[in-house]
Amino acid sequence: MKKTLILSTALTAVSFAASAQEVVVMSWGGAYGVSQVEAYNKPFTEATGIKTTMVDADNPATPIKAQVEAGNVSIDVADVELSDAVSLCDEGKLEVIDHASLPAAPDGTPAVDDFVEGALASECAVANIVWSTIVAYDGSKTSGVTSIADFFDLSKIPGKRGLRKAAKANLEMALMADGVPASEVYDLLETDEGVERAFAKLDTIKNDVVWWEAGAQPPQLLADGEVVMTTGYNGRIFNAAVGEGKPFEILWDGQIMDFDLFVIPKGAPNKDAALEYIKFATDTQRLADQAKYISYGPARKSSAPLVGLYQDGKTEMGPQMPTSPDNLKNALVNNFEFWADRNTELSERFNAWLLN
Amino acid sequence: MANADMPADTMLRTADGQPLKSALAKASRKARIRAFLLVVPLLIFVLLTFVIPIGQMLSRSVNNDQFSESMINIGVWFDENPNAEPDEAAYAALAADLVYSAANRMIGNAGTRINYEVPGTRSLFTSSGRKAKNLKAPFKEALLELDEDWARPDLWAAMRSASGTTTFNFYQAAVDRKINADGQFERADENSRIYMTLFGRTFALSVVITGLCLLLGFPIAHLLATLPLRKASLLMILVLLPFWTSLLVRTTSWMVLLQGQGVINNVLVSLGIVTEDGRLEMMYNQTGTIIAMTHILLPFMILPLYSVMKTIPPSYARAARSLGATSWTTFRRIYLPQTVSGIGAGGILCFILAVGYYITPALVGGADGTLISNQIAFHMQNSLNWSLAAALATMLLASVLILYWAYDRLVGIDNMKLG
Amino acid sequence: MALPVYADPLERVWYYSYRVICALIFIFLISPILIIMPLSFNAEPYFTFTPEMLRFDPAGYSTRWYDNLMTFGMTAPDAVRDGSWWADFWQNARWMQAAKNSIIVGFFSTIVATVLGTIAALGLSRPEMPYRKLIMAVLISPMIVPIIITATGLFFFYSDVGLSGTYFGLVMAHATLGIPFVIITVTATLMGFDRSLLRASANLGAGPATTFFKVQLPLITPGVVSGALFAFVTSFDEVVVVLFIGSHEQQTIPRQMWNGIREQISPSILAVATILVIFSICLLTVVELLRRRSERLRGLSPS
Repeated sequence: MKKTLILSTALTAVSFAASAQEVVVMSWGGAYGVSQVEAYNKPFTEATGIKTTMVDADNPATPIKAQVEAGNVSIDVADVELSDAVSLCDEGKLEVIDHASLPAAPDGTPAVDDFVEGALASECAVANIVWSTIVAYDGSKTSGVTSIADFFDLSKIPGKRGLRKAAKANLEMALMADGVPASEVYDLLETDEGVERAFAKLDTIKNDVVWWEAGAQPPQLLADGEVVMTTGYNGRIFNAAVGEGKPFEILWDGQIMDFDLFVIPKGAPNKDAALEYIKFATDTQRLADQAKYISYGPARKSSAPLVGLYQDGKTEMGPQMPTSPDNLKNALVNNFEFWADRNTELSERFNAWLLN
Repeated sequence: MANADMPADTMLRTADGQPLKSALAKASRKARIRAFLLVVPLLIFVLLTFVIPIGQMLSRSVNNDQFSESMINIGVWFDENPNAEPDEAAYAALAADLVYSAANRMIGNAGTRINYEVPGTRSLFTSSGRKAKNLKAPFKEALLELDEDWARPDLWAAMRSASGTTTFNFYQAAVDRKINADGQFERADENSRIYMTLFGRTFALSVVITGLCLLLGFPIAHLLATLPLRKASLLMILVLLPFWTSLLVRTTSWMVLLQGQGVINNVLVSLGIVTEDGRLEMMYNQTGTIIAMTHILLPFMILPLYSVMKTIPPSYARAARSLGATSWTTFRRIYLPQTVSGIGAGGILCFILAVGYYITPALVGGADGTLISNQIAFHMQNSLNWSLAAALATMLLASVLILYWAYDRLVGIDNMKLG
Repeated sequence: MALPVYADPLERVWYYSYRVICALIFIFLISPILIIMPLSFNAEPYFTFTPEMLRFDPAGYSTRWYDNLMTFGMTAPDAVRDGSWWADFWQNARWMQAAKNSIIVGFFSTIVATVLGTIAALGLSRPEMPYRKLIMAVLISPMIVPIIITATGLFFFYSDVGLSGTYFGLVMAHATLGIPFVIITVTATLMGFDRSLLRASANLGAGPATTFFKVQLPLITPGVVSGALFAFVTSFDEVVVVLFIGSHEQQTIPRQMWNGIREQISPSILAVATILVIFSICLLTVVELLRRRSERLRGLSPS
């Protein structure tokens, strides 16, 4: 019965327009949330007549998990990080999304081939953006930063460093700075020696680190001159540099790329409309449109050529994307399997390391 | 009547002829019931809106069905073979469970559960689950061929302990123990022991902050309670304004003030008190946490102290002085003992709130800013290991209640006597 | 508190240094609040005094964060600021919605927490109260359990009984969080309360209700008021429970503040704080003026 229902609604997708459906999307708020409202929600409502509501959360994965467990789901679509998507999917808390049903690229390439590698890694999720953890510095005060090794080189560039207070990304960067090629980082981290080596590298700057917690902090630390270099999220640094005219520069060497993905919580009240929303939002044009508002890369290869100017009308967004070829020379894609397996263990280790 | 055999004339009786003893007992029982009835509405309210929901939540810390609900056959094998090494039958049961769990999308659940005990095994379960339906007997060889990790003794020990209906593993983890290959618990490696240290640090920091609040709050409360009302209510505004202001705003405001290039350092440098290179490090370390938290919690000390001091008649102090006591003696022997209930209330408020705060230490605390509540939030929001979060929270709740009880036994919540 | 005539020199020194110490503590209390006011007019989206601001260059200052505060969420923010613009602001501006929700939830949860908490404190402070310490421990436990655990637990429970996503559920949850504060402050005040006054009142023929309202309540008012203040502020600055239990129509001011912290802490929060500070100064001034007026009317000398 349920199957026929789904089938019939899918067949009459056009009839959505007439019905007073609603999609409630939960995302991270801030400039990122705004970019999604502008690039996805408004055009979606225009095209289908389905009302969209944006709800903000600190990390949508937590309320989603609680809602599904309580059997009281009010969210239709949530934007989560890859490791959360994988573990929630593992736990059976998400609807499976048939990746074959996603719209093909304009040239006819099927969606499964069009998305960049890893974007469809979880059968419950579809990536919309690629974001990355990068090193940023104030170009008016610091120069000569060429590689990730400089971040760990206190004699070449003295001064405080900003790092996120978490194991994720720091361990990878430490290894890359220690000369490990990006392709070998996770294999090495699987071993005890690799972990030791990463912590030993972090030890060399430990006394000069300002630890940050919220993504809002790195640009603030740079603007205040509290640190000479800091890791941060590329979109936020770009916003500060182009949107607010700060002389911040991004070092793409050693960047660690990650995805934000759309998921449908199990038992979502408007599941069919939610699926329509995800299909609409992750098509080639929409993903390219989002890049107009924030410098996170589209998760589809076919979107890249369509990426145009920033909303200021003069900044070319292509080179600002983590996925731009120039920026990919020494880049790492976050290995979600590794972090799903090791997050607890390495976080404990990291916190113990901080304590000593 | 119970005492009818006693001679009537030796008994004290009330006016209506009842024995005084039973009348008193009756009256005091009535008084107790009356007192209790006043508390009943709130007690029911708190039971409904807090104790039951939290009890449900905290019971997750011993709940163990994440593995056992889908891995049924292996659970049966563990029950039938309490101490045996895994044999072919065990591997066959495991293979059957893997097939079942993978088909019902529960394999990740089981793998995540074992991953808590043996890091790195979640993907072992998910990848083996995908291929399990092609496995053929002999299952031991087939599974080992898939991945030789299936022979690991610590993995089998973890699966055995995850097969029961309830578990104390999460509490073991919360006190830095882990399971070893023999299925015994041992102390975790030195470089991953954190929770006990964090508990210790959290309580130590809270004591310091509470002490500072008392030190700063007492003179202010005294001043407010003794000044004429007109001036006092003006000054009270200065206490209340920061209190109204959002935690996030005050935390960021302290960053602006205290950081290396911040307002205080800039003023000190421009006055020539410190040199450009000698800027004070007051932020992103424990100093920053203590200053910001003391500021945030100070009103919680001042207001209870003030409301108690307000009820102390000034005539007592004047009487003491006129009887020849020095001002110090008057303060120590007359004034201070009367403020003790306020000190107790303010101290408890500040201490308990300090134990639970984590946003401020997270944002301004630097490497020292991780407290036990940060870890609870981390496991709730980030690693999604709610069972461990519940275990840590239960321990936090229990230790605060024990401290509360000990404080009561040692000092007495009601009638503390100093000096 | 004036310096008595019999004070010796040491006491005089102490009297003045005490004043200085108090002044310093007041500066400690108020300086973070003074800092945010000029910063809320920063032209840049950072919490920094820019060189322009320090030179008092008008270019360094702007009201963009106040503007942002008002227009965010409006359907037509750029329209002419006439009657319909203000109606739009009142109806749709996110911060306005958040402020309304915060006040509604804060007000009702404070009432519930204060009334129930004060009555219970009366019982708890009676010497004949059975199981007092146990009950005390149960009642203050909402303060101890980490808020994220409380929020999730409450969400599960409220989902079962259909209270999640309702104002009623939110009020109940915030009242629960506020109760420990009321209990602790009111019980502390009652400890110093002279119970013979109750017997005197009863002797003079007053019933328990009259005794409470005419004798006891006026004397413990400072404790009740500070308990209520704590309860209100707890609700007013609470973000996690709202996230779990409140639906998206029930955004409060702190929820709005924490939104998007992964990207940016918007200086709009400084504008909100400044507005709230000015608002509460006005409120407290009015209360104080009214108090003085009623004093004058009753012919009392100013105290």
